[in-house]
Amino acid sequence: MRDFVSSRARIIPPSGIRKFFDLALTMEEVISLGVGEPDFATPWNICEASIYSIEQGGTSYTPNRGIKPLRDAVSNWLTGHYGVRYNPDTEMVITTGVSEGLDIAIRAVVDPGDEVIVAEPSYVSYAPCVTLAGGVPVPLECLEKDHFRLMPDRLMEAISAKTKALIINFPNNPTGAVMRREDLLAITDIVIDHDLLLISDEVYSELTYSGTHVSPASLEGMQERTLMLNGFSKAYAMTGWRIGYLCAPEPICDAALKIHQYVMLCAPSMGQVAALEAMRRGEEEKDRMVQEYRVRRNLFVEGLNRIGLRCHRPEGAFYAFPSVAETGLSDLEFAERLLKDEHVAVVPGSVLGMGGKDHLRCAYAVSREDLAEAIRRMERFMGSNSC
Amino acid sequence: MEEKDLLLLRLLEENSRLSPGELGIMAELSEEDVKCRIAALEEAGIIRSYTTTIDWERAANGGVAAIIDLKVNPERDYGYDRIAGRLAQFREVRSLRLMTGVYDLQLHVTGKTMQDVARFVSEYIAPMDRIRETATHIIMKTYKENGQEFSEKEAGERVPYSL
Repeated sequence: MRDFVSSRARIIPPSGIRKFFDLALTMEEVISLGVGEPDFATPWNICEASIYSIEQGGTSYTPNRGIKPLRDAVSNWLTGHYGVRYNPDTEMVITTGVSEGLDIAIRAVVDPGDEVIVAEPSYVSYAPCVTLAGGVPVPLECLEKDHFRLMPDRLMEAISAKTKALIINFPNNPTGAVMRREDLLAITDIVIDHDLLLISDEVYSELTYSGTHVSPASLEGMQERTLMLNGFSKAYAMTGWRIGYLCAPEPICDAALKIHQYVMLCAPSMGQVAALEAMRRGEEEKDRMVQEYRVRRNLFVEGLNRIGLRCHRPEGAFYAFPSVAETGLSDLEFAERLLKDEHVAVVPGSVLGMGGKDHLRCAYAVSREDLAEAIRRMERFMGSNSC
Repeated sequence: MEEKDLLLLRLLEENSRLSPGELGIMAELSEEDVKCRIAALEEAGIIRSYTTTIDWERAANGGVAAIIDLKVNPERDYGYDRIAGRLAQFREVRSLRLMTGVYDLQLHVTGKTMQDVARFVSEYIAPMDRIRETATHIIMKTYKENGQEFSEKEAGERVPYSL
């Protein structure tokens, strides 16, 4: 029989943590710092709104673009929070999580052979989505010495005649790095000069601990060349609801909407109702959760540095990205042995692209008690491995 | 109120055993600064006590608790304050509030037995001057106290890894 798997499907890499995943499932009392999702349940008013709508029979398809009240609410929210104006009827699509938004955004703009620069270390979907669209992902390493921000000189080196777009994600998964206005301006100048698109995944935007998030589309000359992705998963503890949104200039948004209507039809209706409630009355609960993440970050990063895992203080998202360079173990060895010996699950940085090597991604979206216990176990691990 | 003070209050309300050192790390303040701020909050009467939330039903201590609503004739010049001051003197009265609505004062009362509580109400509270009416509600089960849910809930299953 022929090998029926497509070359595109074959070429995308398998998950780098499959074996860790399987191993963790066989263990008891695992403290997982490996999950990129809030440990909080979705705020109850949001659940209630959705339950009520289901009781009222709200279980049908919605318009492809998403329900109008949600688009209006998101549009107003974006203007109020980030100073960007998107027409909810022509420049926005409600998507099934940011994951789908990313896919349709990339497919809407990438032609075979187009190069797309991906700032790394990063969430693992960017490069495969580019590959599946026929494009060529070009990894660009962000460095620890730059606090994992994207630097203009490094971007310049990655640009070629074939470059079409740049994908960034700040606040960043896995480093917690944040780009301030001046950091972004240095990048957007280059994007404009080279006539590129910017695909900006801002799903952690509300988890910005010092200052406020700057959305690249709010910078002069950028809205017309920015595809902004955001969603409800992280800020409102709504990962399972699968609701995100894509905002883009009308022609690009139209193209993405076409793909969306063929492959997804619409985002889940009950999730859209929940997201609407999050927009209307979710702010206070969100702020409370963000404050708690910040407290946890402070405790956890202090703990990491105290036990000898060097870690700068991340300014956003809910990840710490300590270095294991001085332990004599690679990040893969460290993560595997830590899981086996002490039942603490962390993600080895190597699987998160260039620049991830010798680091661990630790999600501190777990209770303070579990964080303290994780630090104790990691300290014991370091001692018994004479790190 | 200043943002850091507010954060300290929230953290302490949830867990009053946190040390100034721990609070300092959490709130991005020095240990000394935390001590000063807490002293000032105590001085200002904002921090009233450091307490523990106990599920007495689970402790199977046999105690009884009740909410008692009172209709009260307020006094000229003093309103409800003097009668509230008298009621608050009783050790059995755990909390006391002035409410809007049909009743005026609401008491949270504890006693060893139901008879204890009934006797306390009929012998001490109901006969007091200015109290026109009482309504006693025995607490049957506490589901949540001081922000803590008492029932053990199975946490939803989370996957060990996601990228």
